[in-house]
Amino acid sequence: MIPGFGITFGFTIFYLSLLILIPLAGLGWRSASLGWAEFWRLATDPRVLAALRTSFWTSAFAATVNVVFGVIVAWVLVRYRFPGRRLIDAAVDLPFALPTAVAGIALTAIYAPNGWIGQWLQPYDIRIAYTPTGIVIALIFIGLPFVVRTVQPVMEEISREVEEAAATLGANRFQTVWRVILPGLLPAILTGFALAFGRAVGEYGSVLFIAGNIPFVSEIAPLLIVIRLEEFNYAAATAIGAIMLVLAFVVLLTINLIQAWSRRRFGYGG
Amino acid sequence: MELRVNSIDKTFSGFHALDNVSLDIRSGELIALLGPSGSGKTTLLRLIAGLDFPTGGAIHFGDEDASKKSVQERNVGFVFQHYALFRHMNVLDNIGFGLKVRPAATRPPKSEIRRRALELLDLVQLSGLEKRFPNQLSGGQRQRVALARALAIEPKVLLLDEPFGALDAQVRRDLRRWLREIHDRTGHTTVFVTHDQEEALELADRVVVMSSGRIEQVGSADDIYDTPNSPFVYGFIGESSRLPVRVEDGQVWLEDRTIGLDAQNAPAGPAELYFRPHDIDVLEGCGGCIAGTVTATRRVEARRRIELAVGGPGHRVEIELPADSAVAEGTRIAFRPRAWKLFPAH
Repeated sequence: MIPGFGITFGFTIFYLSLLILIPLAGLGWRSASLGWAEFWRLATDPRVLAALRTSFWTSAFAATVNVVFGVIVAWVLVRYRFPGRRLIDAAVDLPFALPTAVAGIALTAIYAPNGWIGQWLQPYDIRIAYTPTGIVIALIFIGLPFVVRTVQPVMEEISREVEEAAATLGANRFQTVWRVILPGLLPAILTGFALAFGRAVGEYGSVLFIAGNIPFVSEIAPLLIVIRLEEFNYAAATAIGAIMLVLAFVVLLTINLIQAWSRRRFGYGG
Repeated sequence: MELRVNSIDKTFSGFHALDNVSLDIRSGELIALLGPSGSGKTTLLRLIAGLDFPTGGAIHFGDEDASKKSVQERNVGFVFQHYALFRHMNVLDNIGFGLKVRPAATRPPKSEIRRRALELLDLVQLSGLEKRFPNQLSGGQRQRVALARALAIEPKVLLLDEPFGALDAQVRRDLRRWLREIHDRTGHTTVFVTHDQEEALELADRVVVMSSGRIEQVGSADDIYDTPNSPFVYGFIGESSRLPVRVEDGQVWLEDRTIGLDAQNAPAGPAELYFRPHDIDVLEGCGGCIAGTVTATRRVEARRRIELAVGGPGHRVEIELPADSAVAEGTRIAFRPRAWKLFPAH
């Protein structure tokens, strides 16, 4: 074993405990003290279920969209040299740095019925702001860098030779991308999806402004938690938090297991 | 399939990678492109494959002009130095890839693809490894899979780019012999690129020596080694010694005396004399010879290599003697090359 395992492992455990495990255990303990019947009553409240459903499907949808466009953006940045490439490369990180409330307000201004884009959609009766569509757009915005930044380095490592090998064997461009390049990127794409999804489930600031927050329609679970807190209804807030935690954990664990499987099988990391 | 390369030029943004290169390759021949880095050998191979396109000139496969055809249409088998296997596919899927991506009209049925892949796996002596993934194979095994994959499409020509370059010495020697066997069995017209002269001379029917985007010499191992036609080939293939001399009155002169060599038809004036260090006669007395003082001796395999300082300015030349010859530093040795060649001095 490489020397230093004891001290680094100890530090890791200490650090994770302090920052992640103890607060989460507090959440678990708090919801456990509610009692099972009470917890179940709070968790299956129709408004809570609607908020959870909205949160998870908009997040999953946004992360899926980000996978498609993130891979294309990464491809352009990795494969082509053009003026302004550095600028675009830097712009990809903006959603990381921008306060999410600013992003939310900006997106609302654009997509509101009287906004730059919203006013052109209004005559066709297409509404984006104050609907779940608006939530999805906000979540796409904040999730994009996660996919680009995880896929980009792996894409840079794909050797041109593998593509050329496929071409000499008679594969056309589409077959090369579909059968050779994308399967090689799959572990990185899954990581990007997991990160974008995780971030989207917990997102609050940017969604708040664009969602309109209509119960049963465009109300997300994190917002419902804040509403319950403001009502001093800590029990309900805790219950929603605990459910979100479990669901998110299950989703991320599943993705991790798929990754571990593909890594074992193909011998390369995500 | 015979292959004709016709006055090919290739420039990369101002840099002349290939300069008016022509080469005829006979059907079933095993040809080595040999040269130092930057000599254009890999560029030539890639142009034949269609992975790059020439700036000028044409490439014919048989009677067909292949120059404008895409790499997919050319149907060449290409083996890369770093294998370029598809790492998410197992060995069998790697080998079958070229058949699987064919349009439905010419694609063999699944069972046939599998049968052919297994047959090729047997040819490259890897039977039983069909379920493995590339990262579970050694370098030599990976290169064999890469070759089987290239052969699966029944290529018109087989092109190998430094196929053994990433392998260690022992594996290289084994694979070299094995490639020769495969070639003799399948009879594909084969072109391989290497910078290893031993590999080229041992393996190929004919060797194409290249330097700075040009072909220096084409010939069998004997031609290349025994009658190099340029100072570059003399210097690049095998060991050689060089001595600045002068041609006058049909004789070769080293400074103020003749060295007993008939200049034949070499033009008068300054010239450079090239010879192989082992291809010399040691002389007792010196009436027309090259004489020098021993400055260093080294044991090289079965021979002893002697470095001499010759003439007034002390030109360094090397000669080889039997390993048991005891030669002390500072002794004088006289010799005359048996086989040699004069090139005009630059």
